[in-house]
Amino acid sequence: MTDLIKLTAADTAAAIKAGQVSAVEVTQAHLDRIDAVDKKVNAFLHVDTEGALAAARAVDAKRAAGSELGPLAGVPLALKDVFTTKGVPTTCGSKILEGWIPPYDATLTTRLKDADVVILGKTNMDEFAMGSSTENSAFGTTGNPWDLSRIPGGSGGGSAAALAAFEAPLAIGTDTGGSIRQPGAVTGTVGVKPTYGSVSRYGLVAFSSSLDQGGPCARTVLDAALLHEAIAGHDPLDSTSINAPVPAVVEAAKMRDVRGMRIGVVKEFAGEGYQAGVMQRFDEAVELLRELGAEVVEVSCPSFTLALPAYYLIAPSEASSNLARFDAMRYGLRVGDDGSRSAEEVTALTREAGFGAEVKRRIILGTYALSSGYYDAYYGSAQKVRTLISRDFDAAFAGVDVLVSPTTPTTAFPIGERADDPMAMYLADLCTIPSNLAGNAAMSLPCGLAPEDNLPVGLQIIAPAMADDRLYRVGGAVEAALNDKWGHPLLEEAPAL
Amino acid sequence: MNLVSYEDALASYDPVMGLEVHVELGTKTKMFCGCSTELGAEPNSQVCPTCLGLPGSLPVVNAVGVESAIRIGLALNCEIAEWCRFARKNYFYPDMPKNFQTSQYDEPIAYNGYLDVQLEDGSTFRVEIERAHMEEDTGKSSHVGGATGRIHGATHSLLDYNRAGIPLIEIVTKPIEGAGERAPEVARAYVAELRELIRALGVSEARMDKGQMRCDVNLSLRPNGTETFGTRSETKNVNSLRSVERAARFEIQRHATVLGAGEKIIQETRHFHEDNGTTTSGRIKDNAEDYRYFPEPDLVPVAPSREWVEELRASLPELPRVRRARLQAEWGLSDKDMQAVLNAGAVEPILETIAAGAPADQARKWWLGELARRANETGTELAEQPITPAQVARVCALVAEGKLNDKLARQVIEAVLAGEGEPDEVVAARGLAVVSDDSALGAAVDQVIGENPDVAEKIRGGKVQAVGALVGAVMKATRGQADAAKVKDLILEKLGAA
Repeated sequence: MTDLIKLTAADTAAAIKAGQVSAVEVTQAHLDRIDAVDKKVNAFLHVDTEGALAAARAVDAKRAAGSELGPLAGVPLALKDVFTTKGVPTTCGSKILEGWIPPYDATLTTRLKDADVVILGKTNMDEFAMGSSTENSAFGTTGNPWDLSRIPGGSGGGSAAALAAFEAPLAIGTDTGGSIRQPGAVTGTVGVKPTYGSVSRYGLVAFSSSLDQGGPCARTVLDAALLHEAIAGHDPLDSTSINAPVPAVVEAAKMRDVRGMRIGVVKEFAGEGYQAGVMQRFDEAVELLRELGAEVVEVSCPSFTLALPAYYLIAPSEASSNLARFDAMRYGLRVGDDGSRSAEEVTALTREAGFGAEVKRRIILGTYALSSGYYDAYYGSAQKVRTLISRDFDAAFAGVDVLVSPTTPTTAFPIGERADDPMAMYLADLCTIPSNLAGNAAMSLPCGLAPEDNLPVGLQIIAPAMADDRLYRVGGAVEAALNDKWGHPLLEEAPAL
Repeated sequence: MNLVSYEDALASYDPVMGLEVHVELGTKTKMFCGCSTELGAEPNSQVCPTCLGLPGSLPVVNAVGVESAIRIGLALNCEIAEWCRFARKNYFYPDMPKNFQTSQYDEPIAYNGYLDVQLEDGSTFRVEIERAHMEEDTGKSSHVGGATGRIHGATHSLLDYNRAGIPLIEIVTKPIEGAGERAPEVARAYVAELRELIRALGVSEARMDKGQMRCDVNLSLRPNGTETFGTRSETKNVNSLRSVERAARFEIQRHATVLGAGEKIIQETRHFHEDNGTTTSGRIKDNAEDYRYFPEPDLVPVAPSREWVEELRASLPELPRVRRARLQAEWGLSDKDMQAVLNAGAVEPILETIAAGAPADQARKWWLGELARRANETGTELAEQPITPAQVARVCALVAEGKLNDKLARQVIEAVLAGEGEPDEVVAARGLAVVSDDSALGAAVDQVIGENPDVAEKIRGGKVQAVGALVGAVMKATRGQADAAKVKDLILEKLGAA
């Protein structure tokens, strides 16, 4: 066991189970790796050394006592800092929550603990998950392990970078408009947005309630599937949680067979703004699917062109309401409370100091869109677009099993390049947003490096709601074929840190 | 500014009212979480991530709350929505944990109903119901350090979130028109009827003094003979039936005064003052207040099946109007007598007194007589008098047993009201008991006859009606503790006139 940090989650769990390595050794190896590289990467906002080692010791004790270990027992994980963790800071990348120690665990956190997963710490993110580069974090940006001067995607840049930097074999993200898939694409890792309602949102600090969805991030499709099964399933604490069995994603990930599947290429996701090398790798992936025995057809989803503007009305509207609770009364930052000011003034000063520019921009946008006299034109129209997009998906899925597209139009762009141009930044989520609006399932997995910049390109697979298993079936087959072709996983081509 | 008289106000203007009543449901747990709703607990001891609005927390709808809302809707003759949603009402206030209230907006659970209320003259007035919807209560602020307990002048404020998330049903009337001078009475009668209805349904105790039922009185005036509504004022949190009536009456006079002087009514919220019966300006509420309602994305729609609604309809209890008719028949009262019982708010006390063993006519006699008079004098509700139905029933029993006469019973009631203890304790402590010892009574009678030879002679001569004077004298001599009927018999017997 020379290089514990390079193991997949599945192999790590198997090794612990077989007694070839202890959970403490695995955890310590990752803590050492974090120590060694995270000053450069800045994937973690908080490393819970004590908690992680205690959890690892518990796994080892369990094994020593002869208890059955679960499929991810003892595997370290990097948790996006948007899920509450009892006794461990949760900031959402925002100054306004600096120092807040939640008194309760998110359902997802509880499920990870129940699965004996070792939570290493909390990862960096765009403030309140608003962004596509992690540059909007109040605690500094995260570097992309492929090129530290470039963005790791966002909002879950910390989770994706932790995987690509071998600081953890598993991570959790949340995807409101692409915040799992786009970071996955630009870091050469796997990210899945499960069907809306399949992973509990209880304890996920809300950005946009009707779009937010927690999901697995990993370096392999099978690892993502194992994590998916650990965190998904009905939760009575989340009213929007789906009360139905979780699709058999692990089984699907192991099939490696797409023969007879019908795959649709979304016509609208190409053309101006799409990097040539991204399209080249995407086209090759489509060709590969054909070679593997899938039937590939082109489909048109005309309403998808309206997805971005609809998203930038719905998400900020909900955010403006969700973020109203940060008022300095009960937790988090409090500014100006010197005995001379009213509660209202303290709230205003706190919000002014505690929120970053992008969060303020979206609060203002959303407040405006919900205002009386504008509601119908903005929020109301956006909801209609949402219906149209769902209909486009329904029509497409009547003829194909899954849809494919590039995950994001370009590879990782340099830090700072789009920081002052919100519109350019928003375009990074062009291909991912429709699935959030429709609430279906989607995955991004690596499909090669763009020739012009040697940076990872993501292939997006989209499946109907509650057909998440199809993502893993297609993703597992593509991953296996590409690894065969390359002779190794793509991440081995990443430069040493 | 001197107020114009109520009569003068009504001579020129026609009042239009809207009543918004909030009822705290008596569910065991809060509307969107499992915290207890028990009143009187330590501040902030009945809270959780959800009702504190902690980041990441989510609501789950209380099914009993929905059921209660539907039952209220059905009892108010409303239509019940086949599909409705919660909505967020966004505004900042320190005691509101999320800075939005989870409420309902354009899709209420119940709508388009009515409630018939009975006025003091026995006539019926139909109040139309716009909607009844579900929402959650806020926390409670107490402002410390000022003289008034209001935020103005306070040095700091304390927040208690125990109340945050307690289920509320808001019941909104359509504009109440055509009540004329009886508008304040209609307001009172509506709230009283609604309170009775809520209690009959068993969904809340609806105690106004405990804030379980709160009424906002919206009122505007328009010149007699015109249609367009005037600008309204919203008098908030009026917390007794009497105050509802007084607040409406005061606002009618105030509006008439302002309008009569050629000035405009400002659309604003107002506070009612119990002590002097006036209202004062709260916050100005121009139309710029914008709650940015939108459907609550954290909750799924509520879609009560028609079968369930019909089940609930079939299981509604006897409603107050029906019950009143039944009781009137049971007690054998005329319309007028029943109205007197209703006006005094005596139905429940009488029922409870009967339940404690008293005959109906006796129970009614005490609550409508002595006790109603006292309630009137002190301006309090009949049910709030410091005597229990069980105590009244005990007095009735002592009378029936011959241990007290009417006059003594009255003294016992007064003593109980004065806090001297249970009826039996009062009787013992004051040495009150009907003198029934024949020899002692006989001596008193002999003495009175001896002292009044003229009267005695008249009676002997057949003028039996003159006996009253002698009875009175004996009663006086025995300090009221004799049985008057027995005294009368004894005198007549001794004078050979029996």
